[in-house]
Amino acid sequence: MERTAIKKHTGFWYVVKSLLSGLSLTWKHFKNARNRRTPEYVTDENYFKQADGQVTLKYPYEAIPVPDNGRYRLHNEIDDCIVCDLCAKICPVNCITIESVKATEDIGMTSDGTKKRLYAPVFDIDMAKCCYCGLCTTVCPTDCLTMTPVYDFPEVDIKNMVYHFTDLTPEQAEEKKQLFAKQQEEMAAAKAAVLAARKKA
Amino acid sequence: MLAFLLTLGALLGVVIVLAYAERKVAAFMQDRVGPTEAGPQGSLQAVADVLKLLQKEDIVPAAADKSLFKLAPILIFAAVFAGFAVVPFAPNLIPAGIGIGVFYLLAIVSLDVVGLLMAGWGSNNKYAMLGAMRSVAQIVSYEIPAGLAILSVVMITQSLDFQEISYQQGALMNQFPGLEYEMNWLFGIEALGINTTTIGGITTWNIFRAPILLVSFVIYFIASLAESNRAPFDIPEAESELVAGFHVEYSGFRFAVLFLAEYSMMVLVCLVAVVLFLGSWNTPLPNIGPVALAYWTSGTVGEVSGILWGIFWLVSKTFILLFLQLQLRWTYPRLRVDQLMHLCWKVLTPVALAVVLIAGIWRLLMV
Repeated sequence: MERTAIKKHTGFWYVVKSLLSGLSLTWKHFKNARNRRTPEYVTDENYFKQADGQVTLKYPYEAIPVPDNGRYRLHNEIDDCIVCDLCAKICPVNCITIESVKATEDIGMTSDGTKKRLYAPVFDIDMAKCCYCGLCTTVCPTDCLTMTPVYDFPEVDIKNMVYHFTDLTPEQAEEKKQLFAKQQEEMAAAKAAVLAARKKA
Repeated sequence: MLAFLLTLGALLGVVIVLAYAERKVAAFMQDRVGPTEAGPQGSLQAVADVLKLLQKEDIVPAAADKSLFKLAPILIFAAVFAGFAVVPFAPNLIPAGIGIGVFYLLAIVSLDVVGLLMAGWGSNNKYAMLGAMRSVAQIVSYEIPAGLAILSVVMITQSLDFQEISYQQGALMNQFPGLEYEMNWLFGIEALGINTTTIGGITTWNIFRAPILLVSFVIYFIASLAESNRAPFDIPEAESELVAGFHVEYSGFRFAVLFLAEYSMMVLVCLVAVVLFLGSWNTPLPNIGPVALAYWTSGTVGEVSGILWGIFWLVSKTFILLFLQLQLRWTYPRLRVDQLMHLCWKVLTPVALAVVLIAGIWRLLMV
């Protein structure tokens, strides 16, 4: 394509005109500053009709709504959790810490019918480390680990960024551990007794 | 002493308003909201800023020239503040009514340059030094077109007294001792035969008495932007290249004083522009036959009404110019040093010289 020469404008009146057009632009914005953007969701019919006026939202007081299926803060529905540890394994930043204790008795089922066999004395997610990749939610077999539309959760103390999802108190956890250890002992004793009986026979 | 305190108080008030206006106007022109938290609509933001600055530590760099460093802000502010002494605020209300006010103002405001150089040199900082040198080069250069523009006014008005210049620009002219029998003619041309002495209002403002002063007003306004280091001539304080120019090492109270001096300079140059070109404290409304708008909106000289009307008109006109300064700052990009000097020496100075010549001839038409 042949290049056409760019006409260079010069001269007093051209300069005056361009100076004035600059002033009129800022004046227009100044005048339109009476209007302010309303915090509406993108599906609202007004969303794209607010080209003029102030665009700043006074954030803590008003905010643009996020989608209902926004994927921000993690939440674990511990009643549905089978403590399979898949989420902790896949987490690229290791922000999930899980400890498990085998249950000694029947502890019910999750809402989708999977049998629960483990207690979780520790189920911690460090939101300060979380990178919001969502891998943990995709591997979760019972869909108990989900991302919620909550995005504003700053803390003064970073320790408060660690969320504890366990439903056991430390005493309860200790009790479950001892129950499990006792059961193991009993089983071992029973096994030893059976073996001893076999040898005699 | 009373005049000193009153002027200082009024100046502080205006600067607080101006600092708040600057932030709000900047925000609105950029589609932002500006300060909102401190007070209603953020109106106490500037006060909060000042209080914060006063509480801060006064840091003097170890390698600085301490006496220069400490003295500079005071000198800068004193130079600018001394300029207010001769500005008439209303008929019969002037802090120091000296006969050579215009001359005094030009001289005392030039002292500012010494303070800037002291601040820049005393800081012992590359950026401060560069900023101070640029600032001094710019202010000294732009004093020439500004001075010539003022000179053309002095030639038209035949006076160095701000109060006399003010009286000449309104319907109250004949009440000034020495001007009892003076006359104003439309556009200053006696041959047109339209006597505007008692019409007053906008028709007797200097830019109408001698329309050539409109050119000199524009020259003065541009030069005054450069003298107060305002955008688009803010290369001495270019945030993006010099951090902040000569006041980069200052903190706390001394920074507040420098800030105050800068904004006072803006107010002062706008006041002078209004006094010299835009009718000073005179009303813009003319007398039209029996509808004596000019008299109704001027009050009586020497009484409270005259003072209030005078201050009202002076301050409103000044704030319009100040708004223009703010708008220019958020509209135009910063000039390069060579463009700055080109504009001063090759454009403004020759035009100002031509205006002085024409103003001299115009004066011949006026008598």
